[in-house]
Amino acid sequence: MALLLDIASWALLSIGGAFVFIGGVGALRMPDLYTRIHAASLTDTMGAVLVIFGIMLQAGLSLAAVKLAAILLFLLLTSPTASNALASAALLAGLRPGDDATSQEEQSK
Amino acid sequence: MIVLFGVFLLSLMVITALAIVRTHHLFVAVILTGIFSLLMAANFFVLDAADVALTEAAIGAGISTVLFLGALALTGEHERANASNRLLALSVVAVTTLIVIYATFDKPRFGDPLAPVHQHVSPWYLEQTPEVIDIPNVVTAVLGSFRGYDTLGEVFVVFTAGIGVLFLFGARPPPRSGAASRNSAAPGQGLRHYLIPRVVGRLLIPFILLFGLYVQFHGDYGPGGGFQAGAIIAAAVILYALLEGEEQALRVLPHKLLIGLMAGGALLYGGVGVAALLLGGNFLDYSVLAADPIAGQHLGILLIEAGVGITVTGVLLSVFHAFAGRRRV
Repeated sequence: MALLLDIASWALLSIGGAFVFIGGVGALRMPDLYTRIHAASLTDTMGAVLVIFGIMLQAGLSLAAVKLAAILLFLLLTSPTASNALASAALLAGLRPGDDATSQEEQSK
Repeated sequence: MIVLFGVFLLSLMVITALAIVRTHHLFVAVILTGIFSLLMAANFFVLDAADVALTEAAIGAGISTVLFLGALALTGEHERANASNRLLALSVVAVTTLIVIYATFDKPRFGDPLAPVHQHVSPWYLEQTPEVIDIPNVVTAVLGSFRGYDTLGEVFVVFTAGIGVLFLFGARPPPRSGAASRNSAAPGQGLRHYLIPRVVGRLLIPFILLFGLYVQFHGDYGPGGGFQAGAIIAAAVILYALLEGEEQALRVLPHKLLIGLMAGGALLYGGVGVAALLLGGNFLDYSVLAADPIAGQHLGILLIEAGVGITVTGVLLSVFHAFAGRRRV
């Protein structure tokens, strides 16, 4: 049983790590701000959920697991809100989807 | 393994520091400074200094970033071109670096149990804490009781910093000559027009305040204490100010009350010391505060941590309002 839990936990941790990695690559490689936010939000949601579930399996039924659940709930509430606020602020500032924020800045210089 | 983590985090910090120096965009520099603090907090945590890590994350990565952004909103986002002599600066830095690197050769090896820092007073603190103070978190015992003088000094440093900022900005908010003179309604309104952060923020603020109180009063048993709790509670109120507008936040916690908190917390800390003096003990010797010396220590630490938390909250919020309440020059 312990071995099974360990295997499940490590599988969750590895898949979560893969999602974080993909999110990081996407944040670097995507063409404009909105797609970059989209890629980075993968880290906050799938990555965080899988990694925290993986650690919860390691912690077992204890106070640590409850604390991790609270952290997970907090992350699930705040991260999408932050992404949404960021995208909304960019839209208010006049950045249209398709424009590259960095190249636009260089043009304005 | 710890060494591997440490080297990884420290190299990331060096990269971040170089990026801060290289960038000319101050907004980017502020965000990078926040990342630097977060890496430092992770580094403290790897080194088992959970209390310091919590402080660094709350104040360094959280509140200072907000204050820097507040300062940027008043000035500008671009660095002025610097035409001074770079060669001189570079050579001074190079020489200092070489001296510092040379000095590290004399330091004990990383994690060496025979290092002077582990041999001097630390064993005495570890030995005495269960007997004299009887709380699980030795850091709080050292900070609150054994080194109570130092912490009193720290509280007054925070208090003085708050006074300094208020002097620079003017303790009274600048007279508002009607809403029309403000460049737009947006700065005072916060994010009132914008639904999703408001809903989520309103949902979270009570829990952030609750967590702040937990950190405040759980400091005897786990990482935490007045400094961290003050920063967390201030962060909750700053979030409220961002969501509902600064004036609404001032209606909840007016300037006078914030200044009262600043002074009151430091006064409470000093008052506990004077009370110990009047009861026949030494200054900040809590053992005489109750019939049982250990209960007296608990009461004293509780009171002075409350004083620390009150002062930190008051100072951080006053400084935030000093920045936020000022119009762009």
